[in-house]
Amino acid sequence: MTTTQAKHSYSTIHPIDKLMRSDRLPHILCSGCGVGTVIHSYVHAIEESGIDPDRHVCVSGIGCSGRAAGYVNVDSYHTTHGRALPFALGIAVHNPDLKVTVISGDGDLFAIGGNHFIHAARRNVNLNVICINNFNYGMTGGQVGPTTPIGAKGTTAPQGAVERPFNLPHLAKSSGASFVARWTVLHVRQFTDAIVRSMDKDGFCFTEVLAPCPTSFGRRNDLGEGLDEVEMYRTHSRIVNGSDHLESLDIDIVDHERAITLGNFVDVERAAFQA
Amino acid sequence: MTDAAKKPATPDLAPRVLTGKHFMIGDHACAEGALAAGLDFFAGYPITPSTEVAEHLATRLPAVGGRFVQMEDELASIAAIIGASTAGARSFTATSGPGFSLMMENIGLAAMMEVPCVIVDVMRASPSTGLPTMVGQSDILQARWGSHGDYGIIAYVPASPQECFELTIDAFNAADRYRVPVFILMDEVIGHMAERVVIPGADQIPFTGRKRPHTKPGEGTFLPFAPDEDLIPPMAHAGEGYKVHMTGLTHDERGYPQLTADRHNELVHRLVDKVRLNAANIMDYEEHNVDDAETLVIAFGCTARSARAAVDQARSEGLKCGLLRPKTIWPFPTTRVRRLLKRGTVQRIIVPEVNLGQLRREIERLTQLPVIGLNHAGGAMPTPNAILDVIKS
Repeated sequence: MTTTQAKHSYSTIHPIDKLMRSDRLPHILCSGCGVGTVIHSYVHAIEESGIDPDRHVCVSGIGCSGRAAGYVNVDSYHTTHGRALPFALGIAVHNPDLKVTVISGDGDLFAIGGNHFIHAARRNVNLNVICINNFNYGMTGGQVGPTTPIGAKGTTAPQGAVERPFNLPHLAKSSGASFVARWTVLHVRQFTDAIVRSMDKDGFCFTEVLAPCPTSFGRRNDLGEGLDEVEMYRTHSRIVNGSDHLESLDIDIVDHERAITLGNFVDVERAAFQA
Repeated sequence: MTDAAKKPATPDLAPRVLTGKHFMIGDHACAEGALAAGLDFFAGYPITPSTEVAEHLATRLPAVGGRFVQMEDELASIAAIIGASTAGARSFTATSGPGFSLMMENIGLAAMMEVPCVIVDVMRASPSTGLPTMVGQSDILQARWGSHGDYGIIAYVPASPQECFELTIDAFNAADRYRVPVFILMDEVIGHMAERVVIPGADQIPFTGRKRPHTKPGEGTFLPFAPDEDLIPPMAHAGEGYKVHMTGLTHDERGYPQLTADRHNELVHRLVDKVRLNAANIMDYEEHNVDDAETLVIAFGCTARSARAAVDQARSEGLKCGLLRPKTIWPFPTTRVRRLLKRGTVQRIIVPEVNLGQLRREIERLTQLPVIGLNHAGGAMPTPNAILDVIKS
């Protein structure tokens, strides 16, 4: 009898509930979206970082990824499109005791906010930056952006994108970042470890995380459901740590002729920005 | 590295408040006002004719323990000072018309998130690149309405280096008191003219800090956007344990997005009303010979200096003429102007300004009396004689 009772008296509180704003649920994200997994890894990293959650700050820009700040139970700021990085710089520089993480999308950080990215990396500002790369503008319905692979379709490139996309880890490295990684939402352990490492480091740390957007991107590019795209990450990726291959990290998710390279590419010590 | 190179550049912190009598340009006086007000964080981008504000602070601010950052552009500058302010900083940037235009979106963010910050716009002849080194007064409507949507702001218009010092202190206090972006609209003439500036002792500097949460973190429920009776919510800073969420989206009193028409209507009304209903406490002006004036001149900034000389000359020639000089252009001293006009002595109003009628438009809304503009598009300011000619006409 006691055994039966014990079996059914499980807790209704999830271990990471204290780091989530569960009063904001249900969330706005689509089924199969990768943003939730990124948030999950981020809050686990907060726990593993050993840094008091009161000292963690999350800043986002605009877009689906930009909503991340709204779901985590730390001081969190949902700013304007493209300006999450300078906003975060203001917090991090004024109060160096805080561990400021920027979570935003590829369009926010690299199109409208691209200038801020290269300068924040150049200065080596003490920021932990996570770019959720879903290859398109999801919130506005699937337009192509600065990371859309050549040939991939979007509402503003119905015949397929013709512009060369950014190689984000290479851009981050050459701009001066102290830590650079790329993972996918399938590789949650490596991704979480990369965030923990970034939280432990001083200076500008950058992790790109590939995430499915089945509603806006996957649907137009025959990538199937979110799970199908994650399966593609498993079958079509390789892990190569170190910076030797940085120049050839272009992502091929259209033709599947080349593996997607993942890994921790850069981890160097460089004096962090001080004002 | 030599031993000398290793030494800190400023072994002794210069005093924050530079008490004494100085001969100073307006840009420097403004920077000293910010320091005296307790400036913690400056982020800016060079632009004529405001660069001297940044240059002065690049030396002075780190020396008193503050942080100075030269950003990559004005978009970043305004974002950085808003961010620093959410972490508790008294924060500040300085720019001119083109940079002010770039800042507009995030000025709306500061208004919506109710983040205090102070922005100096040293106005130059505009639009576009215009006359970068020459005077303008044509950003006053942009300061009021430049970001999309309705919101409340405060804007000061100093007319001397001394006032650049004093009104900058007022600007910081008002930003914290009302949780709004506050502008100091200097013009190139005021920014670059050197005059005597008297800086009082540190104990004479007025200070109004932010309202802070009434409860400790974790105790009771703290609603970061629940206003008190004065319509202003207390502010918690990043890192204090309140776990606030701030967004530019329409939000409820928890700070969480609430995307409904009713909530939007309620929130935006409060953002406007917290300045509108406190306007009597914010507005500031100076009057000169207005009591029996038949001709009332209303002028601000550098133009008010010419206007005062013209009014004095007209008086000496027996003309009943007075000057009203707003020190806050927003909120405009509307009630004061209405009261003056109610006396019935004023027959006409003259509004000289270095733009094509931005302030005149505001006065015309208040009266049926003739409102005569004396306008220059920029690059030159009206001389006392030019204003005197209009008074005599």
